[in-house]
Amino acid sequence: MPIGDSIPLVGVRWDDVLFVALAATLLGSAVLVVTMRDIIRCGLALTVSFGALAGIYALLGNPLIAATQVLVYIGAISILILFAIMLTQTKNAPVRLVFQTQAWIAAGAAVVIAVVIAWTVLATTWPAGATRVFTHTADIAHKLFSDYVLPFEVVSVLLTGAVVGAVYLARREGDPGEGKSREGDRS
Amino acid sequence: MSNSLDSYLVLSGLLFAIGTFGFLARRNAISMLMSIELMINAVNLTILAFGAFVAKLRPDAAVIALIVIAVAAAEATVGLAIVIAIYRNRKTPLVDEYDSMKD
Repeated sequence: MPIGDSIPLVGVRWDDVLFVALAATLLGSAVLVVTMRDIIRCGLALTVSFGALAGIYALLGNPLIAATQVLVYIGAISILILFAIMLTQTKNAPVRLVFQTQAWIAAGAAVVIAVVIAWTVLATTWPAGATRVFTHTADIAHKLFSDYVLPFEVVSVLLTGAVVGAVYLARREGDPGEGKSREGDRS
Repeated sequence: MSNSLDSYLVLSGLLFAIGTFGFLARRNAISMLMSIELMINAVNLTILAFGAFVAKLRPDAAVIALIVIAVAAAEATVGLAIVIAIYRNRKTPLVDEYDSMKD
């Protein structure tokens, strides 16, 4: 049974309800990411905000980007960040202060940025269409493999370089015995 | 509301501002990287919003967003590897204790 374009009796469009819900989830979890004390919870809130953003991409008519967001951000980057958190948490020296001492200045700067961006957006008349339009995945594929094939190849080289560089940076230096003794120290 | 470009742009502006605050205010290096991810996502949302509303940009914006996502993944990988490497040397993830070049 089709549910129609808008909520019956109220007359609010489903798209608007979804947009408000997803935007509230996105901004709320983003605020939690930057303010919560426990950094593991920050990482989990980051995952929630990535998911809400994937929903907004789907709402914008971009299912391919939404799927990519879920695969790359929720599936890969969140896991990477959670692993990095677990590798760098210190039990013997708990973090007393979450924020720098100049956090109030940072908050002021962030508010100024938000106000300036919102003001600029609302004061400008964008050459935009009246309604958002679905982006066909076939068009993306044609564009990606014709006009944008050079950036595509450069990105593949960049990803290879990033993986090699990450392994080089994060490997243990010195002899293999050093790692064992460090494990012994921790226990 | 979901059919106006302004609401998406304001949303991404707010997300970017939250990311800025997190990057400037947090002490933990990984928190700063998470804030950078939020800012990159805000930029991506802007690109896709323009792509959805401006007919001339439609497939291009999605392609650019895909490339931005790939570059962001590379950035996150290298950034986290650097944080882990520094942590191994200095035994702390807090950026204000990385002060050996101060004097």
